[in-house]
Amino acid sequence: MYNKSPVKLPAREQDPIVRRGNFKEVSLGYSAEMAVEEASRCLNCKHQPCVEGCPVNVQIPKFIGLVKEGEFEKAYEVIRETNSLPAICGRVCPQEVQCEAKCVRAIKGDPVGIGRLERFCADYAMARSCPVPELQPKNGKKVAVVGSGPAGLTCAGDLARLGYEVTIFEALHTPGGVLIYGIPEFRLPKRLVKQEIESVEAMGVKIEKNVVVGRSVSLDDLFDEGYSAVFVGSGAGLPKFQNIPGENLNGVYSANEFLTRINFMKAYTFPESDTPVRVGRRVAVIGGGNVAMDAARSALRLGAQEVSIVYRRSEKEMPARIEEIHHAREEGIIFKMLTAPTEILGDEKGSVRAMTCVEMELGEPDASGRRRPVVKRGSEFTMDVDTVVVAIGNSPNPLIRDTTPGLQTQRWGGIIVDDRGATSRENVYAGGDAVTGAATVILAMGAGKTAAQAIHEKLSKQG
Amino acid sequence: MYKILEKRRLNDSVTLMRVDAPLVAKKAGPGQFIILRIDENGERIPLTIAAYDRESGSVTIIFQKVGLTTMRLDEKEEGDELLDFVGPLGRVSHFGDVKGKRVAVIGGGLGIAIAYPQAVALANLGAEVDMIVGFRNIGLAILLDELSAVSKNLIVMTDDGSNGHRGFVTDALRQQLDAGVQYEHVVAIGPLPMMRAVSEMTRPLGIHTVVSMNPIMIDGTGMCGGCRLTVGGEMKFACVDGPEFDGHLVDFDEAMKRARMYAPEENLSRERHACRMEEAAKHVQ
Repeated sequence: MYNKSPVKLPAREQDPIVRRGNFKEVSLGYSAEMAVEEASRCLNCKHQPCVEGCPVNVQIPKFIGLVKEGEFEKAYEVIRETNSLPAICGRVCPQEVQCEAKCVRAIKGDPVGIGRLERFCADYAMARSCPVPELQPKNGKKVAVVGSGPAGLTCAGDLARLGYEVTIFEALHTPGGVLIYGIPEFRLPKRLVKQEIESVEAMGVKIEKNVVVGRSVSLDDLFDEGYSAVFVGSGAGLPKFQNIPGENLNGVYSANEFLTRINFMKAYTFPESDTPVRVGRRVAVIGGGNVAMDAARSALRLGAQEVSIVYRRSEKEMPARIEEIHHAREEGIIFKMLTAPTEILGDEKGSVRAMTCVEMELGEPDASGRRRPVVKRGSEFTMDVDTVVVAIGNSPNPLIRDTTPGLQTQRWGGIIVDDRGATSRENVYAGGDAVTGAATVILAMGAGKTAAQAIHEKLSKQG
Repeated sequence: MYKILEKRRLNDSVTLMRVDAPLVAKKAGPGQFIILRIDENGERIPLTIAAYDRESGSVTIIFQKVGLTTMRLDEKEEGDELLDFVGPLGRVSHFGDVKGKRVAVIGGGLGIAIAYPQAVALANLGAEVDMIVGFRNIGLAILLDELSAVSKNLIVMTDDGSNGHRGFVTDALRQQLDAGVQYEHVVAIGPLPMMRAVSEMTRPLGIHTVVSMNPIMIDGTGMCGGCRLTVGGEMKFACVDGPEFDGHLVDFDEAMKRARMYAPEENLSRERHACRMEEAAKHVQ
């Protein structure tokens, strides 16, 4: 018999009043009993629409069936067959537009809480032992992976399993990419990321930190050093700004810088940690994605009195996960929708004192299919703020593009690849934000996975 | 970990360190910089590469004790290790065809250490290099032998006139220009007000002037955007677009304000560190 409840069982959470003052994880996940209860809502559909909705094709009904039987570690192993970072995906995937969007239960009521179940299995298994998956015998071939974010880690893990000797080159001093410098502790605890990275290393993957590919070494150097193929997962780079006056005032941060100072350089412990961050009292975060939510909620936790999300479309168009929007609102973040900044104003020292905005209304649909926001006449107003965080995306990092002759890129800078991740250069593959521009962890992982398979096929043919 | 192979105090506030960093040494070029982190709670700070030796795999940095990290770095000794040392970052200087041309390399304070490799590079390209350097007093002078060896003409200025040449580097540049010296190219490296003053002086004469910007940055690879500045009305990132820019196009006013963004936090850190050092000294006694 299955559980007929139309409602997705809510996960345990820290109280909003308490959590807005700490960096501990917001969601506390399911207990074993809760997981079994939610798993019993799955209909185990024969045609498995959910699997299709998953960029890495996790065998969802199979793992949920095992959860139902209380076989949590076996369920975890099923997830791990196709997903090398389940504890992370269970937390940060936009399930509502992927697996859960295709769930038959969602036709009438809530979908099965696939993400929450995935997270439960990962937490359960990782708290016990993390068996190293079976590896193919070493084949003597070396592959280099650029970047240790979700795309690179996935690609490296899959290739290591297939018997390749894999080295990841990481530009920063700690591996993990956006999982470490971008996504805050309260959404993705760093110990989990560390543990996932350790499990990739346990498969024999080497990680060389402090190596900037495109500066310290070029792609061509890597081939000279005996690597047979290279996967570029260098992520999104240069933060975008709006190109409005005042963006270089003190107190204007890119979300990358704001979050990097806090998460990566531990500025929240300043002066214990040497890196400071200026949070201010009244903070405006421009943008409507997950990164904007992360920045706003971090500012709140660091003592800002009033934090607003300023977004030029309406809430319906916001690209952030529904759960993040919900959590942010619960914590007291103000949502200023249909609002576009026009200028940031400074004082005589060059610090932010206010921001002028205009109100927008939605017009005809644009190229993205979302209704285009247009300025409402005479709607200009001023917000009293002392910090502005710009979270409107990134353009790809130029370092590899500029130092790799023959590597074709889009006009906006993204590396051009075919559907298997192959670039215009022989044996060079790419995936993740370096190809797509800012997107999600799971799409980057999917790209890393596809490329690993393609690299394997190519190098097998080359003998 | 990156071992300190050599440490030499050039004067009471400026120190030279040669660090074991083969990967950086292999690729380094003039104008580029590194980012280092001393230990786990340390900041990432950018420092320009003063010299490199590809064979021994070492990279030389020269720094002035101005903030917490440089104070703490100065406490490290030969044989100690730095946790992180990454580079080379930024673009390599491009001088164009300077063979047989007369150029001026101008350095103020610590900028002299950064200007020196530029002078070497220009001399190697066959340029006639005039070096104009400035110190507060002659007792603080650094690298004079090296500077003299690389330049055709070395002019040393002091704020207090302790070497008989009182004035700023811009005063010396003015004299050279007034005397009819024709410079094809000027490189100015030092404090922001000095680079601005040099750029303003060469602007009416149309002398191509390159400055080296050293703003606050974190990753140094084009990710954080903290190092942004306005050049010719456009937003640029010093780490990937620079650190060298056309001095006539840089918005120095804005750069100076941005450089002071964390002044209160920097003071707090310095004071805290000084207190801790005093405490430690008491314990030793």
